[in-house]
Amino acid sequence: MANVALRNVQKTYTGGVKAIKGISFEVDDGQFCVLVGPSGCGKSTLLRMVAGLETVTGGEIDIGGRIVNQIEPADRDIAMVFQNYALYPHMSVYNNMAYGLRNRGMPKGEIDSRVQEAARILEIGPMLDRKPRQLSGGQRQRVAMGRAIVRQPKVFLFDEPLSNLDAKLRIAMRVEIRKLQRRLQTTSIYVTHDQLEAMTLADILVVMNGGQVEQIGNPLTIYQKPATTFVASFIGAPPMNLIRLPDSDFNLEAAGVEAGILGIRPEDLLMSNDAAPAGGIVLDLNVEAIERVGAETYIYGVRAQQRDTPTVSAKPGELPPGEILVRIPGQSGPAIGERIRATAPSEKLHLFSADGRKRIDP
Amino acid sequence: MQKQSVFQSRLLPYALVAPQLAVVLIFFYWPAGQAVVQSFLLQDAFGLSTSFVWLENYRELLSQPDYFGAIIRTFVFSFAIAAASLSLALLLAVMADKPLRGGTLYRTLLIWPYAVAPPVVGVLWVFMLNPSLGILAHGLRAIGIDWNPLLDGDQAAALIILAAAWKQISYNFLFFLAGLQGIPKSVMEAAAIDGARPMRRFWTVTFPLLSPTIFFLLVVNIVYAFFDTFGIIDTITRGGPAKATETLVYKVYVDGLLGGNLGSSAAQSVILMIIVILLTAIQFRFVERKVTY
Amino acid sequence: MVEPEGIRRYVAHLVLWIGIAIVAFPVYLAFVASTQDNALIANGQMSLLPGGHFLETYYKTIFVGSSGSTREPVGTMLFNSLVMAMLIALGKIAISIISAYAIVYFRFPFRMPIFWIIFITLMLPVEVRIYPTYKIVADLHLLDSYAGLALPLIASATATLLFRQFFMTVPEELLEASRIDGAGPFRFFWDTLLPLSRTNMAALFVILFILGWNQYLWPLLITTRDDMQTIQIGIRKMITTTDALTEWPVVMATAVLAMLPPVFVVVVMQKLFVRGLVETEK
Repeated sequence: MANVALRNVQKTYTGGVKAIKGISFEVDDGQFCVLVGPSGCGKSTLLRMVAGLETVTGGEIDIGGRIVNQIEPADRDIAMVFQNYALYPHMSVYNNMAYGLRNRGMPKGEIDSRVQEAARILEIGPMLDRKPRQLSGGQRQRVAMGRAIVRQPKVFLFDEPLSNLDAKLRIAMRVEIRKLQRRLQTTSIYVTHDQLEAMTLADILVVMNGGQVEQIGNPLTIYQKPATTFVASFIGAPPMNLIRLPDSDFNLEAAGVEAGILGIRPEDLLMSNDAAPAGGIVLDLNVEAIERVGAETYIYGVRAQQRDTPTVSAKPGELPPGEILVRIPGQSGPAIGERIRATAPSEKLHLFSADGRKRIDP
Repeated sequence: MQKQSVFQSRLLPYALVAPQLAVVLIFFYWPAGQAVVQSFLLQDAFGLSTSFVWLENYRELLSQPDYFGAIIRTFVFSFAIAAASLSLALLLAVMADKPLRGGTLYRTLLIWPYAVAPPVVGVLWVFMLNPSLGILAHGLRAIGIDWNPLLDGDQAAALIILAAAWKQISYNFLFFLAGLQGIPKSVMEAAAIDGARPMRRFWTVTFPLLSPTIFFLLVVNIVYAFFDTFGIIDTITRGGPAKATETLVYKVYVDGLLGGNLGSSAAQSVILMIIVILLTAIQFRFVERKVTY
Repeated sequence: MVEPEGIRRYVAHLVLWIGIAIVAFPVYLAFVASTQDNALIANGQMSLLPGGHFLETYYKTIFVGSSGSTREPVGTMLFNSLVMAMLIALGKIAISIISAYAIVYFRFPFRMPIFWIIFITLMLPVEVRIYPTYKIVADLHLLDSYAGLALPLIASATATLLFRQFFMTVPEELLEASRIDGAGPFRFFWDTLLPLSRTNMAALFVILFILGWNQYLWPLLITTRDDMQTIQIGIRKMITTTDALTEWPVVMATAVLAMLPPVFVVVVMQKLFVRGLVETEK
């Protein structure tokens, strides 16, 4: 059990490419920390630096009060679950799990009891004699976790362990991992690009982009008060609607800003024909497309006056310019081509600076 | 084995395989068949009459101490050459596989000996180890070894083994490198995190995962030692001194050319064929078995 | 990858350089010897640095010939080797690619037996059938000819196998689209398959060229005329049993020249070569 602290950690490759630009945060003992972000944001690199598989070019990594920058992976007392499991193909499941313990000179009896215990927890007892190639993806995943558990390390590191599983299995395993971690109370750092996984697993969430931290905090806090437009559109699906200000439709001198970006989540837009609530907004939309997924309905509309002016430029996870997404529960809803009105109260509005990098709270 | 959609022409396929079939039949099966037939024949001293003697040639061969000597010698050479060249090549491949600067440069510098022909190999090593003027020979004498492969059979054998192993290093190196690159990086990283130091990682993870390649190369090296060493032997020692370096294939050549005993030479060829087929069959069966995971 | 740090890195570099030295030393020595005076060499007093006789020795070697047992200048022998190697490489590629094409893309009676007939030849190198092959070549009056040099060496299946493996990986859709576009067997082969096979052909060419260039036993047997000898034979004949007669600089120069074309090909076509080698043998 230990905490993990990163202090101004940097990674620059030879040739000058800065992969990690100076990241600092702390994970308390027993906490589940998730690093989330799009491909290429540096989250895996950061994890590997904590593991010792990549060198640290600046800053310090501290595990349990000890600075580990120069320490070999084998001596950091960590365990890692890889995206492709990285099981030893030529060893049985039992030996895969026992390998790490044997390397440390543990007596046979204790190795056996640890392996059996882990097998019991993960329900892989019947497979101890099999080789990895005889197992399914989910089973291999559990063996990979078993290998990590028997070590009883200070920190668990997970590198997108669920990415190779099909959707249903992924959801089941997600819950399993969380339950397991709660039970073992081991400090964990988990990397994923899936914001849903991030939201459901994290005690503390680190949103990354381009080698930097965009926001750190409790998942729900981040959801409720995203610090930048990146976080706003990355966390929460479907993504937040972002509208560039000034805009002919709204008048927001109350917030005292001339230019900026206004954000409103699809689920916070209500279909109503009433006037706008005080301080809130009203959007008149032409419905262009409808998606019904059973429990809810997504309405894609274009603002009547906004035909040609783009809102915010389309980036992955964001809507195309001019389009507003409204999410309503249930299966009823307007038809395509209809004109609807959506409103949102002032407390559900998010305001950001013009470059999207700062949150403005009234 | 076959594609789903095929062409329907009647005659075209035959026309396409004809050239290869022709070459193969004329220059492979016919001679091979002739060798088998000839091994059952015995020609008299003047080549005037030939008689069918069944397995007489074989029996005679197998009772010659010379022949047994050649068999043992060939296997000993093969294993020595294989062992020396495989271990050195493996060491080099492991070093070259690490993410070092200049990795491609090392690779280039280590694979070109593949292109050197056996006779050239022979010439180079003769030059280095020639008793009177060879540089390495000087060195050996300086440390007290009385170096004269022209007289000492064991030294001659050592010379052949060294030269042949030297040539094979680059071929083995290439395959080892390819094999190493087939091991997923993440497995090695997992081993590192699991507390295994480099040496331990090598013996407990790398080596077992490399075993199909090792086995494959073992067979290939042995077959190589059986045949491709001909050029080296003929250049350096010509099978001497006193047959100390006469391998099976060399014996075929010598007995046929000088001895004129075509029947015996043919029988030797057939025996060689059987050995090679056995070795290749073993290799196919065992290497194909070790499927990838 | 776990990067080697500190001393382990130096050890790795060191081992590699020692390996390179082991591998390169004999050749370096040969080159040095080819540029020095014969008398010095014969007395065991050759220095380790190149001498001054480079142009003189090489000219003599290539165009004049030594006074040793080969009366033939090396230039001729190099030429013979070149022709033989090219014939083997190109010939083998040509007949193999069409064979493989037939076997993979056509259905006809005896297809499997024919495949096996060709496949079995993989197993036996030419040395095993040496004398009967000699007799056949002699009977066909092909002794001392380029055809005789090349043909028996074309008779094995390595290239066919490689092409077959390769064709099996070509997607069905290409053929189907071709047929819909009205292409017959020739068109498909010429317009689609052949361009796709270019890399494989290049890799094979490298391997076969080297194989052909380095042949020794076979050319030895079937050439009797001096001017038909290949460079490998030439080298061999230069080493006579008595040291006194051997013109070492010429021998070494010949060795260097004999090595140049294949080494050149390997180094220049390195990537292709490695790929081809690994794939042929698997």
